[in-house]
Amino acid sequence: MAKTPITFTLNDSEVALFADHGAALIDVLRRGVGDLTPKQGCAQGTCGACTVLIDGKPHLSCLTLAETVEGRRIDTVGGLANGRDLDVLQTTFMEGFAAQCGFCTAGMLLAAKSLLERVPNPDRAEVIEAISGNLCRCTGYEPIVDAILLAAAKMQGRAV
Amino acid sequence: MSSVEFRKDLFANERDDTLKEIGKPTIRQDILGHVTGRTPFYDDHLFDGLLHMRAVRSPHHHAQIRSIDTSAAERMPGVRRVATAKDVPHNLNTLLSLIGFGRDDEPLCAHDKVRYLGEAVAWVIADTERQARDACAAVRVDYSVLPHVLDPEEALQPNAPVVNEVYPNNTFDYHNTYDHQKLRFGDVNAAFARADHVIEAEYQMSPIEQAPIETCGAIAAPETNDRYVCHTNTQALFFSLGTTAKLLDIASSRLHFIGGTVGGGFGGKVDSVVEPTAVLGAMLTGRPVKFAWDRYEEMQVGAPRGAERWRLKDGLTRDGKIIARELTGFFDSGAYMRLSPYAIIKGTGHVPGPYFIPNVASNVFCCITNRTPATAMRGFGITAVDFAIECQMDRGAEAVGMNPIEFRILNAYRDGDMKAHRRKAKNTALIECCQVAAGKANWPISAEAAAQSSLTGGGTPERVAIPETVIDSEGRIGERRAGRTSSTSPAKNGTGRVPAGTHGVAVSGAPVQNPDMQIDAERIGHRMGAEPVSAPPVAAAPGVPVRPAAAPSYQAPQPTPPIAAPSGPATPSYAQPAPPTSAPAQAPTPAPAQPASYAPQPASPPTPPAAQPAPYAPAQPFSRGVKRPGSSPFTSGIRRR
Repeated sequence: MAKTPITFTLNDSEVALFADHGAALIDVLRRGVGDLTPKQGCAQGTCGACTVLIDGKPHLSCLTLAETVEGRRIDTVGGLANGRDLDVLQTTFMEGFAAQCGFCTAGMLLAAKSLLERVPNPDRAEVIEAISGNLCRCTGYEPIVDAILLAAAKMQGRAV
Repeated sequence: MSSVEFRKDLFANERDDTLKEIGKPTIRQDILGHVTGRTPFYDDHLFDGLLHMRAVRSPHHHAQIRSIDTSAAERMPGVRRVATAKDVPHNLNTLLSLIGFGRDDEPLCAHDKVRYLGEAVAWVIADTERQARDACAAVRVDYSVLPHVLDPEEALQPNAPVVNEVYPNNTFDYHNTYDHQKLRFGDVNAAFARADHVIEAEYQMSPIEQAPIETCGAIAAPETNDRYVCHTNTQALFFSLGTTAKLLDIASSRLHFIGGTVGGGFGGKVDSVVEPTAVLGAMLTGRPVKFAWDRYEEMQVGAPRGAERWRLKDGLTRDGKIIARELTGFFDSGAYMRLSPYAIIKGTGHVPGPYFIPNVASNVFCCITNRTPATAMRGFGITAVDFAIECQMDRGAEAVGMNPIEFRILNAYRDGDMKAHRRKAKNTALIECCQVAAGKANWPISAEAAAQSSLTGGGTPERVAIPETVIDSEGRIGERRAGRTSSTSPAKNGTGRVPAGTHGVAVSGAPVQNPDMQIDAERIGHRMGAEPVSAPPVAAAPGVPVRPAAAPSYQAPQPTPPIAAPSGPATPSYAQPAPPTSAPAQAPTPAPAQPASYAPQPASPPTPPAAQPAPYAPAQPFSRGVKRPGSSPFTSGIRRR
């Protein structure tokens, strides 16, 4: 099978590998690189569990051809924490019970991360819009929205 | 952040409020893994040389399989193995056989015919998922399409096609005798006759897919010591292990199942389909094999909450009291039984709901149709009954012109009330829930309704009594096979009565339990001298099978006194909860008579039958496995039916 050499930056580390022709980015990340944090829920771009950030913007890695990320910067939840220090979003998700089974959490966190980098002080509607591509069957979304708003407030240094 | 409100003022004297954790925020023990992406789901275990397994699925609701041609698929690139039903060592099972309930009715892979759209007829194992998909499309299956039935009531019609030959009446056979599950309490017909309002209505619930974000899947791989490891997202690890052992005819000691991390379940991951399939793939190829449903399969093949149809008839007095409720239910089990018969037992007993109703009757049918088999989902067996009951309560309130919340408070059960399934209500709280809900919704209720309490007014002599219950001339509380008429109305020509205050004939079914020492002879494989069960009747006539006029497994009624002493020894045999798989002629088992010795026998290689210790004296020899009474025959991996 034809292979394509690709290099990209994954969580601040350079990755170089050969990808099968037509392989999806999620398969290259999971089976090729061994970053298991993107989850495959539907493989048809519906559920958002496979969300990764490509150059800071959320993308569905199940619908992204691996060849198209040549030279680009990819962030997954594996790089969200700084060493042992969790990201503010991670701590507010933990405190606010914003994950139950945990399967959608990686995608939710990245969609939220992208939002807070663009809009540091979002309102509730903007948060809902930002995670509208990510399905969750356990929580009913409310704790997730609350956790993202709380993270935004903490990052702004506002009391809650 | 939390919207939980605690009402510790209610029932404050029923608890000593020294709990340290309840009501305080806490952090889930597994959430650090979730937010860092390190939680290991089944698919997060990497194996070198992993093969991918996909199923060839039926495009028909109901069809005979004339032939399967796998030769083209076997020549496709990357294909390692094509498997069909003949590769499954023991290709017949029912999920609840692990607890001795129901007949084996479902193959892992269809061989004679397909009974629902999407049923697996073959599998392809290939190097990549795409190669497996391409090869699946190249498997040629020659079908002869049969008429199908998709509605549970239509399945009960005499001319309906037989879906599953193991149950030729298209219904589950409760106690091998009844085509429906029954509940009788008091005399509904007498109560309807004196009711001021009679309200009849029909309610229906569609199948509901659990739709977890992570689809069902498993990875199996050969392990050391001639074992197979299986990473799975099952919700029922030991069900899956026992089912795999049975279907693949392999000792459970050779299976190493690892689960516990489920990417959403909601009941849809209890059916133990992907695990035996993946382990079969690993057995056939000697390599790690992943078998996972894609999203389409999760929605089409994944077992949903079954469709349910309920007909309710309530009798009310002018002042708003419900004095009778009759229910006829049709539960769509799909093509196979799985957990539906059990759900119906729950639903039948739930008929009065959280209300005190002195006369209750219900017949609920577990119907077999050509739909996807139904299974567990969040309170299955109860949820749709509650939906029907609460809609019916609103209609009742309207009929008598009452505030619907006051109507519920008036009819609510209270501590000490006898319920229709003959258990006293304890720790009831419906009245308080209604009062709080009315307050939250700014829904005015009368001072009298606001003053009611679950603690008082219940358990009075008339509310704790078990009423006289109608029976027919043979001592039964109704016909055994109601499928032809589907009517719940009990014994209009009833000639007998179960005296008030007794459990009566047919409801004395549950024998007195001796909790630890009860030996379920059937379950552990003893025959207790009875003849072995013959194979279930199979109507294998080609073409259009038609339901036989008479039920073949009908059990000859035994003459019975119409009224039995409450605890007398002369309980008629049909009142015993005979194990559903037992032969009709089997005598009631004097279960506690055997002295049970729980001393474990030394673990040894397959034991010759003569070496079994005396007290158990099995009629059928043990091959190996079961070491003590009470242990499931399938956790040993040996099937003995």
